Amino acid sequence: MAQHQNMREAYGLALVALGKKNRDVVVLEADLGKSTRSVLFKEAFPDRFFEMGIAEQNMTSTAAGLALAGKMPFCHSFAVFASGRAYDQLRNSICIPNLKVRVCGSSSGLSDFGDGKTHQCVEDMTIMRALPNMTVLCPMDSEETARMVAALEDWDGPAYIRINRNDLPLLYPEKGTYRIGQVTRMREGKDAVVFACGIMVSLALEAAEHLASQGVAVRVVNVSTIKPLDQAAIIGETAGMKAIVTAEEHTVIGGLGSAVVEALRAVAHAPVEFVGIRDQFGISALNYPEIMVHFELTAAKIEQTLKAILPR
Amino acid sequence: MTSPKTIRQLEKTALQLRFDLLEMIGVGKAGHLGGSSSLAEIVAALYFHKMRFDPRNVKDPNRDRFILSKGHAVLIQYAALTELGVIPREELKKVKTLKGVLQGHPDMAVTPGIEAVTGSLGQGLSIGLGMALAFRLDGRPSRVFAVMGDGELSEGQLWEAAMAAAQFKVDNLVGILDRNRVQATGPTKEIFDIPNLAEKWTAFGWQVIAIDGHDVKQILEALDAAETIKGKPTIIIADTVKGKDFSFAEHNAAFHNGILTEDLLRQGLADLERRRDALAHNPAGD
Repeated sequence: MAQHQNMREAYGLALVALGKKNRDVVVLEADLGKSTRSVLFKEAFPDRFFEMGIAEQNMTSTAAGLALAGKMPFCHSFAVFASGRAYDQLRNSICIPNLKVRVCGSSSGLSDFGDGKTHQCVEDMTIMRALPNMTVLCPMDSEETARMVAALEDWDGPAYIRINRNDLPLLYPEKGTYRIGQVTRMREGKDAVVFACGIMVSLALEAAEHLASQGVAVRVVNVSTIKPLDQAAIIGETAGMKAIVTAEEHTVIGGLGSAVVEALRAVAHAPVEFVGIRDQFGISALNYPEIMVHFELTAAKIEQTLKAILPR
Repeated sequence: MTSPKTIRQLEKTALQLRFDLLEMIGVGKAGHLGGSSSLAEIVAALYFHKMRFDPRNVKDPNRDRFILSKGHAVLIQYAALTELGVIPREELKKVKTLKGVLQGHPDMAVTPGIEAVTGSLGQGLSIGLGMALAFRLDGRPSRVFAVMGDGELSEGQLWEAAMAAAQFKVDNLVGILDRNRVQATGPTKEIFDIPNLAEKWTAFGWQVIAIDGHDVKQILEALDAAETIKGKPTIIIADTVKGKDFSFAEHNAAFHNGILTEDLLRQGLADLERRRDALAHNPAGD
């Protein structure tokens, strides 16, 4: 059993580390700092922390102004508000001028299991991916989160980072290097490939383990940069595979699965199937595992999906 | 005190900016004449007198910033930047065409001298606030002038920004309200009336200065006064006339974004010539 670590705590600590290294890093928060963990930055650098109140639109355009004056702002809210409530501000005041603003969509996916439809966000990758210039990141664990935040220092243009609120298994290889855009093979396999992001990477590894005992060798690939997607790497990972499955804690419309199929559109490839949420909003649940089962975001579902398209 | 000569010079500059508006819009092309013209004196006072802005060094980090939250009026900013030599004059006729660099709304990515992307209404004051906070952090002398329209004030984000600017006590941010009382589809009184504006901004924690937005002397005095107010932001509520100095466009929502015919263009030029005569013959400054 892998060790678990809280992703948003790791995010907050990484933000402080970056703030220590780079004086231009400033942080904006919409009254969720204790949850997003931007509060750690506030404690370390109170002068560079701006509590904007529950006003995400103003926060986002204010970040544009800070970037235009030479700062590197990180904006925070729950993913649903960071990407949705402030969509027009992201589009017009940040993405058109290609400003170096970072948006943290915290409590993403179903990870805020109790709060239900209004607070869960299963469409943020779709809407962020549609914006020209926007980079879309979805880390699989705390270690990758920390490396991503550090890598954002030298990354041009706007970026959206999707943060899960729960404790996730630590998967990142101890000696692994990281760069934005990286597509990482997490497990070798010659029969089929699963492309996954976020928490689904750990579930895909679980499914692969189970399938191995049945004689099916499954490769698991972590795609944590949804955009810009390394299309050549995606095509390369499918070479010789007999089935392709994508897995995301997100709607299947426009997210990782769509991005992978877009990458494969011009080459001959094996059948593809998506594991994800089927054009639905979330729902309130008692705990994280329960809601993941409800939406069939499980290792068993990945296994079943793969078997269904794997030629016999 | 600003000399009568300076005031007269700025009045003449405003007139030239209005001539430029006609050159840009020309015949058969839609253009936001009304809301651009209502800003001519304010833009002249800022770019040609008040702002720390060197046209030969438009990226100077210590320059003042002009943010046009009511981005559709960008023609008046293009006019000023052209008269300052930042935008080549030949661009004026190519405005809003694939061949030119002058977009329909402010786009800093393609147009020299433009400071932000605005035009989706309600965002400029927030952008200005972000700049003001950065300048304060860095100890820069730069000031930010964010121009809003009165129709635009129905955007909730402006009031979010108003609260935030007061919360952060920024005094290097000046809001300028171009209160021309006409919005895209009619008089603000009939479309979406927002009464007691001075009281609202005061209640939001801003210093309010009310002026005639076509009176250069009042504009300069208000801008000077704003600089002396510490610990809170200032808004200059400028009463203006939409389509000012164009006989067919004054107070007329049809020229919010109207098309000029040959006759109207001729009329507009004649209106401005009359204004030029008046400026030439009346003694300055009294």
